[in-house]
Amino acid sequence: MPNNPVSATAVRSPQHWRHLFAGDGAELALRVALIVLIGSALALASDAFLSTANVLNVLRQASLIFLLAAGLTLVILCGGFDLSVAANLTLSACLAAGVIKSGLSPWLGIATALACGTAAGALNGLAVTLLRLPPFLATYAMLWILQGLAFHYMGGQEIFGFPPAFRALGTGFAFGVPVPVYLMAVVLFVATVFVRSTNVGQEIYAIGANPEAARLSGIPMRRRQMLVYMLSGLMSGIAAVVFLARVNAADSGMGEPLLLPAIAAVLIGGTSLFGGVGSVLGTVLGAIILALVINGMNLLDIRAQWQPLVVGVVLLVAVMVDLVARGRRERIG
Amino acid sequence: MNRDDTDGSGQPASAVPLLALRNVSKTFPGVRALDDVSLDLHAGEVHMLLGENGAGKSSLIKVLYGAYRADAGTILCDGRLVEITRPADARRLGIAVIFQEFSLVPFLDLAQNIFLGREPRRPLTRLIDHGRMHREARAVLDSLGLDYDTRALAVDLGVAQQQMVEIAKALSQRARILVMDEPTAALSERESKTLFTLIRQLRASGVAIACISHRMQEVFELGDRVTVLRDGRRVATLPAREATPDQLIGMMVGRAVGAVYKRRQYGKAGEIVLEVRGLTTATGVRDVDLNVREGEIVGLSGLVGAGRTEVARAVFGADAIVAGEVRIFGAIAKGGPERIAARGVALIPENRKLEGLALKRSVQDNLLVASLWKLFPRGWYRAGVARACARALIDRLRVTPPAPRRMVRVLSGGNQQKIVVGKWLAAGCKLFLFDEPTRGIDVGAKSEIFALIEDLVERGAAVLLISAELAEIVHVCDRAYVMRAGRIGGELARTELSEENILRLAMHGA
Repeated sequence: MPNNPVSATAVRSPQHWRHLFAGDGAELALRVALIVLIGSALALASDAFLSTANVLNVLRQASLIFLLAAGLTLVILCGGFDLSVAANLTLSACLAAGVIKSGLSPWLGIATALACGTAAGALNGLAVTLLRLPPFLATYAMLWILQGLAFHYMGGQEIFGFPPAFRALGTGFAFGVPVPVYLMAVVLFVATVFVRSTNVGQEIYAIGANPEAARLSGIPMRRRQMLVYMLSGLMSGIAAVVFLARVNAADSGMGEPLLLPAIAAVLIGGTSLFGGVGSVLGTVLGAIILALVINGMNLLDIRAQWQPLVVGVVLLVAVMVDLVARGRRERIG
Repeated sequence: MNRDDTDGSGQPASAVPLLALRNVSKTFPGVRALDDVSLDLHAGEVHMLLGENGAGKSSLIKVLYGAYRADAGTILCDGRLVEITRPADARRLGIAVIFQEFSLVPFLDLAQNIFLGREPRRPLTRLIDHGRMHREARAVLDSLGLDYDTRALAVDLGVAQQQMVEIAKALSQRARILVMDEPTAALSERESKTLFTLIRQLRASGVAIACISHRMQEVFELGDRVTVLRDGRRVATLPAREATPDQLIGMMVGRAVGAVYKRRQYGKAGEIVLEVRGLTTATGVRDVDLNVREGEIVGLSGLVGAGRTEVARAVFGADAIVAGEVRIFGAIAKGGPERIAARGVALIPENRKLEGLALKRSVQDNLLVASLWKLFPRGWYRAGVARACARALIDRLRVTPPAPRRMVRVLSGGNQQKIVVGKWLAAGCKLFLFDEPTRGIDVGAKSEIFALIEDLVERGAAVLLISAELAEIVHVCDRAYVMRAGRIGGELARTELSEENILRLAMHGA
């Protein structure tokens, strides 16, 4: 979203160019530039990188992270946090797998995943709004609870082998593009319209920026918090369906490796951990940057042990660039 | 110490004061907090400091304690020139300050609290010598006639007891000058008496005591001398027994009128918009009755801590109501701020940065946050419309610079305050609760805010105006309620509105 200065003094000021780098749009542009940069470097270093198959592969990888991170973005924008997104994915996927494997319609399986995800999100919301627990603590406890339920349900077993029509949700292509990428585009569009072009979206930013001021401005804070946790849960359910369809198997450990990448995508995307600042669009770019880094290291045959280190460095750089840019914006106004 | 030969006039006989401030000034942007103030503190005297809110008492204490550094003037200790630039300097000179908010650590015991940061240590191991610490704490408490267990936790003590421990802590640091900021504010009558006994005991032992008070009765019961401050200047210092309450109140009021906004015209009051009956809250409001009518600006005055903010917050649904009822346009109002705001009530909170604004959001975002559903009833936020609406508000409020996308954080205090007010204008509110709307903003912005408030009532809104500035209440309001210790101390009609009358109702025993 553009956030250009409008005052005449600012336009005339010699530091005008800094405004370009300081606005919201500028933060997104920086991320696009980073993607181009990494992409160019990889294209030079590896012939395989620019092949259509590989680019689509990167996007598909990004899509799964994004689906999980999109819900988390809403929660963080609203000043909360959700550590249970991945465990929620695990439980939702396992329950859906059980439903589908028992011979019921895959539609019912999908519905189960979405319902389970949303319900767990609602519990998070209740813990934060009604019990007034700190979001970090409430959702961390929920992580263990959901994971425990998944362990119990699966009993150490794996459920695998689903109908091809269902698996197409994760592995299929339409017009040469993977289905999850379409899903990513739809979620990106809907979520962006939601946060940018609805009253409720505005209120979510307001709550994240200063909860007390938002409350004293008459915003129904608890209802909005409830909503973002439920939406985060719903996104876990959607991600569960896609993941299940893609790997064609469910086990009680499937979601865990996605938690830290999802958080990283949100933060690399420029959303502030303190709430009120950021965008879903940023998270998409964050997810793509993350997928690019991982893909590039695979292509270049860099040992997998190095991946976390590189992700950590990217995260640090992204956050520091934001800090500098925002500091400037505050000083200049 | 042989200086305790007070001669009966309240004037200590000792020639050299223990502590002397000479022509001390302290200026903040836009405010002269202390203006050429001189003050003597003699050994063995209780020196009461009197003044309305903002008169400079707190600044004076902060200069003594090294929290502020004076811009001009000198401080003499035992006749020697000293510099107090840090609290540590003050401690070294034997100055101890007991603030209204106590500094005891709740989950440490009394001995640990008294010796915090300077615990006695064993010679070789340098470990804390708990035995000695408790013995010495015992000795200090005994010297004050306090029989508290040194192993009791601070959190388990009542307010009065904590205060005594604060004093013990100060004495254990060999304080010769004890400064207390409204020590009885949170105490009951009986606890105050105990404290007074202790203070007299300290005075007899040669300690110099300076004491801020808002209770007239105390000034005469405890004080040897009294100094009245107003607008950062010392008005007078006189022996307490030569003063009368009316005389002191007369000295406290009389703020320079030139800087105060003058109401343009007084309209006719319409029907009752807000009616509060028997309001009692857990935050300290006791049995408050008040009402505000259409077209009226009703003042809610009283000293800091009297419960004014708490009344406004309870009316707005921000704090729970324990007993009593709030009626808005005749109907009982219940629920949180979102329910109350939806009925056309606006709160302009006391602390705009913490409670009024999202500092990291833009002027536009802040201006529209309370009226989103008024502007876009179907829930679809349209940036273009929002921008146009924000520009209209910016014009009306004369926010400078007129830049809707600018972050609120970088605006001046006056402009920030305009935005807090502005966010309720688009929401079409009928009742405005202004809590200290002019705090910390410059004179120009103040009169703009008042002009805005007057505009509101001319259009039929009802306004409850909370202000600690007596002159504001006197010159702006149709009538005013004065609070004291959580209750309504009295109501003043427009003809009765004067700073003297407000202070009389606001202060105990005046």
